[in-house]
Amino acid sequence: MKLVKRPLSPHLQVYKPQLTSVLSITHRGTGVFLSLGALVLTYWLVSLALSEELFNSFHLHTTFWYGKLFLIGFVFSLYYHLTNGIRHLFWDIGLGLEISTTYKSGYFTIFISVVLTLTTLFIGGVL
Amino acid sequence: MAEFTLPKNSKVKPGKTISAANGATRKKKFQIYRWDPDSGRNPRLDTYEVNLDNFGPMVLDAIIYIKNDIDSTLTFRRSCREGICGSCSMNIGGTNTLACTKSISDFNSDITIYPLPHMPVVKDLVPDLTHFYNQYSSIKPWIQTNTSAPSNSERFQSKENREKLDGLYECILCACCSTSCPSYWWNSKRYLGPAILLQAYRWIVDSRDESTNKRLDQLEDSFSLYRCHTIMNCTNTCPKGLNPAKAIAKIKKLLVSRLT
Repeated sequence: MKLVKRPLSPHLQVYKPQLTSVLSITHRGTGVFLSLGALVLTYWLVSLALSEELFNSFHLHTTFWYGKLFLIGFVFSLYYHLTNGIRHLFWDIGLGLEISTTYKSGYFTIFISVVLTLTTLFIGGVL
Repeated sequence: MAEFTLPKNSKVKPGKTISAANGATRKKKFQIYRWDPDSGRNPRLDTYEVNLDNFGPMVLDAIIYIKNDIDSTLTFRRSCREGICGSCSMNIGGTNTLACTKSISDFNSDITIYPLPHMPVVKDLVPDLTHFYNQYSSIKPWIQTNTSAPSNSERFQSKENREKLDGLYECILCACCSTSCPSYWWNSKRYLGPAILLQAYRWIVDSRDESTNKRLDQLEDSFSLYRCHTIMNCTNTCPKGLNPAKAIAKIKKLLVSRLT
């Protein structure tokens, strides 16, 4: 008998995205984005310390669409990662692990992080 | 390192379409993953159009009908047809479940059937579960004791202690949960996966077992248990309505609480 290499069955390609997995990968995605955003935040602080000119030229970026997009993304990432992080803390002490609760807390997390993001962006004058 | 795409030999190609629903009023299309180890070709997705009046209400009824009446080469596992053996677990309509307890009427459109995700395929819908079973035996799924058994009775358990096994002993090891878990997809070599960890917990909380600490020791590394990131796909997909994610969370808690 000839030996054949067995194929790997499809996984990501066919598995239905659902709230459980989508929120999980978003948590990781926002975490990575926050790490990158921390560099920008640092640069902002450094420019603030160095000179008014540098600070102003940096701030100019936030008036363009890409700067706004970045701010919106960063603020949302911050709030989503924070609220979902709290959700994770509840799970870690063994609470809210039933599927019905998971869905409720999932939608609640999205709602809260969107509200906080919009509020912050309004107060900050970005929107 | 996680590989998000399929290897070259695993990419699914379009297959043939067979219609066996002439004159039928209730038609349904089943798209089924096929791989023939003898052909040397890539897997393909065959479409069978069938008359729903010809067989029972479950997805398993449909694929048994297809095998008996349309295409006898279609290969899949099945046995009890009532959700207790765990043989007919597969990916139906995007999530893992048992074909025998999944109703066709749950789907409005075509039904797509794949083998359990991210597993080596033996043929068609039959995945190779060797590694999964090896991981199961690695947790030593039997009672371990140091004390000798009572001379004139079994090892008794109080009602309360017996109740701790509810929601755990019902697991039929169909592997739906483990193969729905992205963490298990990327790390199945060293991560035990939800099904095996639920079983591990089943023996950890068994009041008659005397190896609790040893069992916990075995799980205390960065992969076996802690690759669980509480994604919850496992609990979402379990065809028996069990909660592997909760069992895993309880093991994590036990590992922390025994430090103090």
